Amino acid sequence: MAYALQQLINGVTLGMIYGLIAVGYTMVYGIIGMINFAHGDVFMVGAFLTLIGLTLLGGFGITSVPIALALAFIAAAAIAAVYGWTIERVAYRPLRGSFRLAPLISAIGMSIVLQNFVQVSQGARDLNLQPLIPGSIRLMNQGGFAVELSWMQVLISVVTLAILAVFTWLVTRTPLGRAMRACEQDLKMASLLGIDTDKTISLTFVIGAALATVAGLLFLLYYGSINFFIGFSAGIKAFTAAVLGGIGSLPGAVLGGLAIGLIESFWSGYASVPYKNVAAFSVLAIVLIFLPSGLLGRADVEKV
Amino acid sequence: MSARPLTPTAALRDAALSTLVAFGLFCALIGLKLTPTDAGMKLTDRPAALAIILGAVFVGRLLMLGWRAWRPAGTPSPRLLAEGVTRAGRYVGPVFLLLALTLPLYSGRYVIDVGILVLTYVMLGWGLNIVVGLAGLLDLGYVAFYAVGAYSYALISTTFHVGFWTALPVAGLLAACWGVMLGFPVLRLRGDYLAIVTLAFGEIIRVVLINWTNFTGGPNGVSDIPRPTLFGLKFTGSGDPDTFAAFFHVPYSVTQRFVFLYYVILGLALLTNWVSLRLRRLPLGRAWEALREDEIACRALGINVTITKLTAFAMGALFGGFAGAFFATRQGFVSPESFTFIESALVLSIVVLGGLGSQLGVALAALVMIGGTELFRDFAEYRMLIFGVALVVMMVLRPRGLVSGRTPSIALGARKQIAAELVAQGRG
Amino acid sequence: MAEPAKLLDVEHLTMRFGGLTAVSDLSFVARAGEITAVIGPNGAGKTTVFNCITGFYRPTSGSLALAHADGRRYALEALPGHRIARHAKVARTFQNIRLFAGMTVLENLMVAQHNVLMPSVANGLLAVFGLGGYRRTERAAVEKATFWLQAIDLLKRADDPAGSLPYGAQRRLEIARAMCTDPVLLCLDEPAAGLNPRESEELSELLRRIRADGCSILLIEHDMGVVMRISDHIVVLDHGKKISDGAPAAVRADPRVIAAYLGEGDEDEEPAPLAAGVG
Repeated sequence: MAYALQQLINGVTLGMIYGLIAVGYTMVYGIIGMINFAHGDVFMVGAFLTLIGLTLLGGFGITSVPIALALAFIAAAAIAAVYGWTIERVAYRPLRGSFRLAPLISAIGMSIVLQNFVQVSQGARDLNLQPLIPGSIRLMNQGGFAVELSWMQVLISVVTLAILAVFTWLVTRTPLGRAMRACEQDLKMASLLGIDTDKTISLTFVIGAALATVAGLLFLLYYGSINFFIGFSAGIKAFTAAVLGGIGSLPGAVLGGLAIGLIESFWSGYASVPYKNVAAFSVLAIVLIFLPSGLLGRADVEKV
Repeated sequence: MSARPLTPTAALRDAALSTLVAFGLFCALIGLKLTPTDAGMKLTDRPAALAIILGAVFVGRLLMLGWRAWRPAGTPSPRLLAEGVTRAGRYVGPVFLLLALTLPLYSGRYVIDVGILVLTYVMLGWGLNIVVGLAGLLDLGYVAFYAVGAYSYALISTTFHVGFWTALPVAGLLAACWGVMLGFPVLRLRGDYLAIVTLAFGEIIRVVLINWTNFTGGPNGVSDIPRPTLFGLKFTGSGDPDTFAAFFHVPYSVTQRFVFLYYVILGLALLTNWVSLRLRRLPLGRAWEALREDEIACRALGINVTITKLTAFAMGALFGGFAGAFFATRQGFVSPESFTFIESALVLSIVVLGGLGSQLGVALAALVMIGGTELFRDFAEYRMLIFGVALVVMMVLRPRGLVSGRTPSIALGARKQIAAELVAQGRG
Repeated sequence: MAEPAKLLDVEHLTMRFGGLTAVSDLSFVARAGEITAVIGPNGAGKTTVFNCITGFYRPTSGSLALAHADGRRYALEALPGHRIARHAKVARTFQNIRLFAGMTVLENLMVAQHNVLMPSVANGLLAVFGLGGYRRTERAAVEKATFWLQAIDLLKRADDPAGSLPYGAQRRLEIARAMCTDPVLLCLDEPAAGLNPRESEELSELLRRIRADGCSILLIEHDMGVVMRISDHIVVLDHGKKISDGAPAAVRADPRVIAAYLGEGDEDEEPAPLAAGVG
């Protein structure tokens, strides 16, 4: 019981991070119908930028953790947003309205570029950050097994939920959100109705990159260690989460992220750690067999 | 792209803006470098590197704008150039074939070795082309079948001590079985759902290969895989009567083995090509293409969509398995590291870059991508970076691939090329 | 003259999508050798009926019995789509044309003969090595395709991609493609949509010819000119229910039919899709 609770806590934390990345996948997919393969790598870039920011601030003698985190995050998110914008502008926009596979390959290319760019510029070694937010609450103690909820995990959940709340407000209540939803329904029609679709799409990438940076920051704080390759596995997992939840659906992305996080943590806790990815992918395959559009996806009814 | 009037001031402003964006991109990641030390992270600044990059962006952007604005009239655009290549395909194909057949006669060991590598990818590309190019099913986990083929051959040959030529068909058939096994659950899935499940399948296979230690050897893989023989003749320098050198009374040289391997993979690749070309003109291949064009219409015409998709998966997997078995015998060693997602991505890129469904295009793309990457061998660190940039650039310039357009499989009169714009890419 | 035999017997067909009842307790009969038209205002459930007959939807309830001339019977409501086309011999066209746009006209007609050319996967694979008597069947298939190309006046364009044909020709090609499956019942979903008067006249002629060759036709059409000219029997739907059923003259005079069309305009046409392969 206590053990299960601990796995639940760990799984939710992990799921929140996946969910944040998955939102970026699902947003782009919803609007231009492409898998932005490079998104996982934007997450990785976000994590690197945050670490650089934190180190830089440390060098300037800023020791207050909240201030350092806030400043580093703002700088990192701004730069990551430039990455998001540039990637769309350079690699995807010329291919808009082109054949389905061209943007996919371009995205894979972009992913390779980002990974190797960071490897070349920052080295291939693991980079570490000492824990900034130590401490935890002991929830219960059962037969010598203590269930711990670390402040870090609390922070991850609170930040994720807050970000998602802001984001939901943005999508449902603001003109930008309306434009995004209009583009999602029908890009051509939206542009005929006077929506600047190019700008909307660019902003989608910018927001997606900022969300990925949040995830990168949380990942960095939680695991304390990053390298140029973290974007790949986290990206694949987040993409799986987005598909599991029903790609194009924002609540689906978060739900899918939580599902993948929980599967991984419970599988690691009760079965075997090496096979946790197999478990996550198998669940995905099984869910898709019964719900071909994912958990919350709109059923893709083909008009005959 | 039409040439817009461009004033020098506008060009300078544009280039300055690009440089500003580049500054945003590179200020932190190039301008600063993190180094782990015992006392935490250390930052060093690299203003020179940053300045060089920014300068390169500025000049590069100016040159690009200049080229667009003042491109001499009459210079063929990349598009026209590629159309020329498409038209010349009829002659390019045989010429390449001839070059490929005679390559070992005038090349050294290194070139032959690169040739083997290129041909392996040509074969993989042609195999995947059946699934993606003809049937229009997006498969992001093709490497799984490559792995199944490689491990099948490795395990069969080391466990049962059978030779390459006996184990090769078995490895291919096993891979084909896996293709069908993967195919069944995913048949109902469309587009990107199919893509992610195939990707997941590839990852599952890899994770299993790493962790099922007592069967696959885990991360260490399988070694001492027997080399292929020519009708029982080995390519070793032992001088035994059953070696190639002794049998033909020629002095032994390592190159002989490379030449032999080269012709083996050339033969396998040509077999793949022949079967694909042949199938295209037969009902099965035509049904694949029809499936890519419109699945619903296929159903209305009484075509069993399930079976048709499964045969495409199985065919693609079969050739992937053959290529895998060849890979295992060439290396003499297999490990899970060789079967990562990047391999699937690479093969898919070759197919898309070549031009979906075009056999010649796939071969050219494999040559450009694999051979090209080989050219940068000396810049090992930058090799993949350049590869990624090349992928993006080529895709942006030629979204339909190097050789686009489709040749009809049957005609009453002359076969006319079908414009790529009409050909669907499938939704599966 | 005795009434022709029943070919398709639709009984109590009901199709619900969630809370929406698209077709409700519909019964009608299509007879062999006849052209039966299904008409009704937009949203009356006509295409849904077609989708049930051709296996794209599974009816919520009701039966669809098809009887071949040789006495074989098929329960269409229980067969998967490709079996309906292959064994029950029901072919169809689509409201928004679904040709294989990137394949040539001839290839489209060859794909339609898939099951004749390739009775089994093994057979299809044997053909790779030139075995299985494939050459002969292929020659026959090309002949049949040529026959239909002549019938729809597209022989000259046999080697052009289907997607490059003008709209009217695409409609005709889709009919020819369906005919290449040797159907006993041809279901046409708005074949005259988007055609000009001369093309509609040619279409009527083609349909009469198909009927004369022994293939029965089930037709959804908004063009009343075409419907009245060629139909032997008309079924009128409104809001998923049958409101009239009978010979053209009788249906035309039926007050319920007139009422159903009032306010709709009696030739209310849906905007025709502009290009093939969209949607």
